[in-house]
Parts: sequence; structure tokens; C-alpha cells
Amino acid sequence: MGQSASGQDGEQRLMLLLAAPALLVVSALVLVPLAWLVGQSFYDDGLSLAHYQRVFNEAVYWRSFGLTFRIAALVTIVCLLLGYPVAYAAAMAKRPWNAVILALIVLPFWTSVLVRAYAWLVILQRTGVINQLLERVGVVSEPLALAHNEFGATLATVHILLPFMVLPIYASIQKIPHDLMQAAASLGGGPAYAFRRVFLPLSMPGVISGMTLVFILTLGFYITPELLGGGRVVMVSMVVSRNVELYQQWGAASAVGVVLLVVVAAIFYVVGRIVSLDRILGPK
Amino acid sequence: MKDGIRLLLGGALATAAAVATLGSGATAEEQILFVSQGGAYQKAQTIAILDPAAKKLGIKINQDSAPDAWPVMKTQIASGKPTWDVVDTPTGYCIRGGEQGLVEKLDFSKLPNAAAMPAAYRNDYSVAYEFYSSVLAYSLKKFPAEGAAPKTWADFWDVKKYPGRRALRNHPIATLEAALMADGVAPDKLYPLDVDRALKKLEEIKPHITVWWTSGAQSAQLLNDGEVDMVMAWNGRVSALIKEGARVAYTYNQGILQSTSLCILKGAPNSAAAIKFVNEAVDPVLQANLPLNIDYGPANPKAFDTGIISPARAKELPSAPENASRQALMSYAWWSSPKGEEAEKRWLGFLQK
Repeated sequence: MGQSASGQDGEQRLMLLLAAPALLVVSALVLVPLAWLVGQSFYDDGLSLAHYQRVFNEAVYWRSFGLTFRIAALVTIVCLLLGYPVAYAAAMAKRPWNAVILALIVLPFWTSVLVRAYAWLVILQRTGVINQLLERVGVVSEPLALAHNEFGATLATVHILLPFMVLPIYASIQKIPHDLMQAAASLGGGPAYAFRRVFLPLSMPGVISGMTLVFILTLGFYITPELLGGGRVVMVSMVVSRNVELYQQWGAASAVGVVLLVVVAAIFYVVGRIVSLDRILGPK
Repeated sequence: MKDGIRLLLGGALATAAAVATLGSGATAEEQILFVSQGGAYQKAQTIAILDPAAKKLGIKINQDSAPDAWPVMKTQIASGKPTWDVVDTPTGYCIRGGEQGLVEKLDFSKLPNAAAMPAAYRNDYSVAYEFYSSVLAYSLKKFPAEGAAPKTWADFWDVKKYPGRRALRNHPIATLEAALMADGVAPDKLYPLDVDRALKKLEEIKPHITVWWTSGAQSAQLLNDGEVDMVMAWNGRVSALIKEGARVAYTYNQGILQSTSLCILKGAPNSAAAIKFVNEAVDPVLQANLPLNIDYGPANPKAFDTGIISPARAKELPSAPENASRQALMSYAWWSSPKGEEAEKRWLGFLQK
């Protein structure tokens, strides 16, 4: 008994040692800058809460936070609705086709975000592909306002973040044994019932991580809403950059970032309490 | 060059470049480190002004570029050992830098070329180096007839007489000036700006603004693609489109004349040579070379008397006397005053409403 415990200890120590480089990199690249960010946010020619007072007192910040969270939620839902069937198809398709589907999802990763934003402009703007087609067919007499607004910004963001939804869901669907659905059918469950009671719950870890990734990434989007939002879609990231220019103090921008971080952490805490991530993610 | 500002990257690159430059050149001859904004603009200056000035003064001009010099200026002074000598940056930063102790006060007795320039083109801390303008540009497809095209900011605001889509810059600088001119304020009576009045006037046109643009490239793309029919844009961007054959035009009428200026960093390592350089950089002949290489106007009006700039070319330049007289000269002193800073802070709230 004692021998096996010390063996375990040794193994744990070895693991810790092996993980040390990674831990060092993470602390150097994430924890230290984060601490620096937080520190700066309290600095305004001396220790001060001025940057936070501004964030809480001025309506511009709350409007941007509201807009950012609204867009992030919308993008997450749309990505889920579009991404789940794609992930399902990729996981279920036979040999050459699953690779084709995955390639089509991963391919855009090789194109820069900036290029993709401009590509959407070419498609969506007034003289863009869609509007010219619609006008030629005679569906519309005036070009539709597809770009330079929230719609355009949201659509392009969905496009860029879709792989982050598809890939985790694909990974967890792939792990579901096919015979489970057959077993459900043999016990009399219809396809819809079996999907809802067996398949969907088993794919939930992928859904949760996909949603988390997409939501968090949208919160920090900058270039896409800047180019496709027409100047009206002022996300938190833009307020951060504006504050650097306006107040010429890193702290003024850091405070906005810290508030965003805290709000996100709070949201995940609350969501975690409700959904009980342990039950979904952790096979106990 | 006047594009949106990527502070972090620009600053970091500039600092790295500055360190690299310092490491390499250590000769007995007098030298300075001159900083501008990079790109085609800095190349044009090198041919027109920097190389000839170095030759004439017998000094070595090391170059560095920073798309946004301001944060680097602050860091350099804070470090206690600045490496930059002369900076070419929007005039407002020179003034603000002077007020915050980052920039040396200029002794105009040592700057005869600058002292001979109009008083409005210089201040205690800097002297104008080149001019550009925020102009009203429009599509010739939408407004083919010269007489029926928008020519004033009041026209820009008149959506009945001049239907079409519009874009303005997502920034209060020059935009508030245009709004006040649209509201009937004379170009030479703009300052101090009545910010409330300007924002109220902007509220009127807001529903008709398709895009609030953030970069110069974007303003040109919008006009070129027919996404908007009229736009406030920088003259250099529009003339580049015209050269490429785009069916667009612009007017200097009621343009807002803006400048970048030269200033010397406080505690600059080569301040004596820096002063000599600043004087030479606004020499009429060297200044006259600039518009032969890029679409910016010389800051020294005497450049137009040198015979180097043809009358046809002068017509295209924002600071040519006939064009300058039709424009409003931006007051950087006002924009860097507390009132100006307050106006900048109000902008986002206006856009979000």
C-alpha cells in the first residue's frame, strides 16, 4: 500500500516536471501580462480608480458592452445552428466525403481575416455580387443594405468562427459508437427520440466547447466589425483602442479589458452552476 | 500615412528600428535621427528633402518611421534617453508634446526659413512641414455635370437637391469643421468650435451616412466601388483614384487644410544639427521638390515662387495660395486644448446614439 502510494507520488512529480516548461510558458505569456494589465488599470499618475469610474459612469462603455455581448450571443447561436449539421455530416459521411467536408471547413483558416472581410464586402456591398444579381433578376429595385451594418458584421464573423464550432462538435460526434443509435432503435425509439435522448447528450461536450470558443472569440473581434460595420458597430475591442488614443494611457484601455474579463468570468461561473459542466464534460 | 493607428505594433517596430539604427552608425560627422510616417510619403521626402538637405548641410540623416509617433515620443522622454531628434507628426502632437514637456521650444532666430512662413503655419514648438486637405469628393457617375455637383458642405448636407449615399470620417477632427460650415459658419470663423452646434448639425445628416470610415484606403474604396456617391476624404487619396482612371472628382472649396509639422524632441541627442535640419527642411526649394514626388502640398508658400512647381501642378495642391484661400485652416491649438480633447471624447457617444 505504502509502496504504491510513493510510486504514485513519483509519477506525479515526473508529470509535474514534464509539464514545467509548458507551465512556465503559460505564466510568462499569459499570467504575467494579465497581472500587468490589471496593475496598469489602477494606475493614473499614481494609484487610482479613475479608469474604472469612467467605465462605469459613461454610457458609451455600457452600450458597447451590450452590443458586444448581443453580437457574441447571436454569432454563437447561428454558428451552432449552421455548424452542428455540418459536423454531423462530416462525422457520418463515408471515406472520401468526410475529408472533403473537413477540408472545406479548414481551408478558410489559411486565408487572413482581413482578406475574408474584404471578400465579404465584395459580396455584400451595394454594388456587390448579391445586390447586382438581385437587381438583374428584378427582385429588388434598390440595393439592400447588407454591409456597413450589424448584419454584415455578424455574418462575416459567423463565417470566420464557424470552424471553431464545427471541429469540437465533429470530434465528439466521432466518438459516439454507431451501434448506440441502432440499440435505441431496437428498443423502439424513433429517430428523433433517439437523437434527442442518446445522440445529442453524447455530443454535448463538443457543443459546449464550440459555443464557448465562438462566444469568447467574438467578444474580442476587431477587424471584421470595423470593416463591415460601417463605423456603427462599436465593439469593446474598438473602445479599448479608442481609449489608448484618447487618454494616451494604457490604464484607460486596460480597465475596459479587465471589466470585460470579469464579466465573462462571471457569466461562465453562472452558466457553469446552471448547466453543471462537470456532468457534461467529466466522465466520472 | 494618415491612416488608422496601430499603436502597439508601430511603436514597437519604431523602437526596434531606432535601436538598430543607433547601433550601426557611429561616425565623427554630425548626424540626426529623423522620424516620419513611413511608406510612399517617407520615400518621397527622402528624394525631395532629406537627401538634398543632408548634402547641403554636410550631415548624415538617419531615418526611422513610426505610423503613430506619439506613444513612442512619450516613451522616449520617459526613458530619460531619447534617441529621436526630429519628428514629422500631425501638428497637434507637436503642440501637445510642447505642453507636456516632450518637445523642445523652437528658437525662430535660428530658423530664418521658418520665421518667414505665415504665423498660422507655425507655433512655439513646431513648424508646418507639408499640407494635406480633407475635401469633398464625389462620383462623376452620379454627378456628371460640373454645375450640378456638390461643391460645399451645405450641398453635402442637402439630401433633397443632391440625393445619394454619403460617407464621413469616423473621427471628429475636420468632420466638426465641415458640419459648422454646412451650418453657415465662415471658414475663417470656425474657431473656437461650437461643438454642440456641430454635433446637432451632424445629427441631421447621420441617417444618410452609409459609412463612417476609419482608414484612408477605405474612403477611397467606398468612392471607387460606388458604395457611396460623396465622401469627405483626404485629397491625396482621391487624386490617386483619379490617376488610376476612376470617375471621381473633388473640390478644394471649403476643404479643411491640415498639416504635419516638424518638432525636436526635448533632450534630443543632436539638437544643434536638428535645428539646422529643420530650417533646411522648410527651405522653399526643397519644399518645392516635395509635390513633384507625392500629392502633398509644400508647407512653405514661397515654394510656389521658385518656379519648380508648374502652374498646372499648383492647381492640384492643397496649399497653393488659390486653393488655400478657399479652405479652412485647421487650428491644432484648439484641438489639443482641453475643449478639443473633450470634443474627441464626445464622438463615440454621438455615433452610438
